[in-house]
Amino acid sequence: MVRGLVRQFKNGPRAVDGIDLEVAPGEIYGFLGPNGAGKSTTVHMLTTLLPPTDGTATVAGFDVATEGPKVRQVIGAALQEAALDPHLTGSEHMRLQTALHGLPHDQRKKRGAELIERVGLTEAADRRVGGYSGGMKRRLDLALALVHNPSVLFLDEPTTGLDPQSRSALWDEVTRLSREDGVTVFLTTQYLEEADQLAHRVGIIDDGKIAAEGTPAELKAEIGRASVVVCPHDGSRREEAARLLDSFGERIDDGTGAIEVRLNGDSEGLVGVVRAFDSAGIELSSLVLNEPTLDDVFLAKTGRHLEGAADGEIEAEGEAPIEETTAVGAGARSS
Amino acid sequence: MSSAVATGSPLPIQVGAMAGRSIVRLIRQPAAVIPSVIFPLFLLAVNTGGLNTATDIPGFPTDSYITFALGFTFIQAAIFSTMNAGQALAQDIENGFFSRLVLTPMRPSALMAGQLTGLVLLGQMQALLYLAVGFATGANFSAGIGGILVLFVLVSIISVGFGGIGLIMALRTGSGEAVQGMFPLMFVLLFFSSMALPRDLIEQDWFRFLATINPVSYLIEAIRSLMVTGWDGEALALGFGIAIALAVASIAIAAFTLRGRMLKS
Repeated sequence: MVRGLVRQFKNGPRAVDGIDLEVAPGEIYGFLGPNGAGKSTTVHMLTTLLPPTDGTATVAGFDVATEGPKVRQVIGAALQEAALDPHLTGSEHMRLQTALHGLPHDQRKKRGAELIERVGLTEAADRRVGGYSGGMKRRLDLALALVHNPSVLFLDEPTTGLDPQSRSALWDEVTRLSREDGVTVFLTTQYLEEADQLAHRVGIIDDGKIAAEGTPAELKAEIGRASVVVCPHDGSRREEAARLLDSFGERIDDGTGAIEVRLNGDSEGLVGVVRAFDSAGIELSSLVLNEPTLDDVFLAKTGRHLEGAADGEIEAEGEAPIEETTAVGAGARSS
Repeated sequence: MSSAVATGSPLPIQVGAMAGRSIVRLIRQPAAVIPSVIFPLFLLAVNTGGLNTATDIPGFPTDSYITFALGFTFIQAAIFSTMNAGQALAQDIENGFFSRLVLTPMRPSALMAGQLTGLVLLGQMQALLYLAVGFATGANFSAGIGGILVLFVLVSIISVGFGGIGLIMALRTGSGEAVQGMFPLMFVLLFFSSMALPRDLIEQDWFRFLATINPVSYLIEAIRSLMVTGWDGEALALGFGIAIALAVASIAIAAFTLRGRMLKS
């Protein structure tokens, strides 16, 4: 649970500006926003790597500001840059991590092998990580975050830079963790599709503030209805087609000359449109249903499209924080 | 899924795990280690070749300049260890591995002990090599076998002391370049010491003054005494005293800085 969480950087903007969040146990929460929006800074605060400037946050019931060690015992985290030692092998990473987490000696090897296998790295386990591809590093990073069976998992842009196959495999594993193991997943992403497909609920962050929150379906429904675009095969029947389509909703004029209407909420939808054109004997060369996307939600809430929204924004995380001159680790490189 | 329990391991297991990593990294980065081993030998060769006739100066404590100069080599190697320790930690901070360690129940002392273990091991290897080179080129070791053991202990403490400085720099800056930037400063400390001549034979007053207030002089003289004099209680007491003080101070400050960075609450 997060209440009024703030992170202010010296000589910079508020990277996180008073956000409120609540994530249910076992839920996959997608934190969607462009680069520089405050996603990684939020994750760094929730994982105790960065102290909040103001506000409160509890993870699994523990306060991130005053109960850091307890928070760290129940969370796993795969941060934006895969945090690995290029000189160690995958197996050596697992041995180190299991030892530091205090797994009994006889369980370390078994647990390491089990996780390495689960992320599909068995064949590469004894190779140095410096030679791994980006996708392999991401998968090993995820395995390391799971060593101690965390109840809450933070994934900071886990699929950035991955090929479609690796992305799909990671999505499957995240879904499995939530569904079968009951792990709560807090996932930041700048990919609309990822948030849409993976997350039970989505929070949209922009300029350090929550712009919208809800299930993907709720968010889309909030901003509008689906639209239909038709193109008659016979150009001379264009006016007739337009009049027919107008009966299903209000016309959208985007300046391209396309015949498009936003469907009424009580209309029969796409099926009704198809039947009507069939009955009128108007042959269509194309018929497209445009469902609202999370990008439409982002546009409606912020006035910009998600892609390219970070242009011109300040990379606040490069600044030194006010409270201290240094932050833990690599710092929040982009959020 | 196994029934793993995450409560953090005892300190010795954490130290062992981190030390193991430190040694593996050391073995797998010969390009980073070899220069710090070889360079002091080059400087030894240059100094010995150029200053060999210094043994003719009345009052010079030995007629073998290699015996006199060898002590400096150990200290120079320890200075290099500052860079090795600092850069290893700075690299962890830069690539995010440090954050991963912070997110485990690892104790700060385990991190430091682990980082320094590889360093001490390297210091021992260097000491062995320099002794072998010294003996092969005619150096004496007046304090005998016992003196060699004392030398290894002293070299380890000095390595920890300078390594601690490297850790402080890495923790404060999080930058390998910043740690490297300290290198010239450490060399100034080396050169304005009694590395080339005994302090009482340095002619320039200002140089002799700098060498006298420079603690590095006493570290060199403690090691040198084992080779040139045998058992010199005063030189050893000063050398061990300064080495221990340096190690305690640098490790204490590094631990304090590390705690701040790890934000243990």
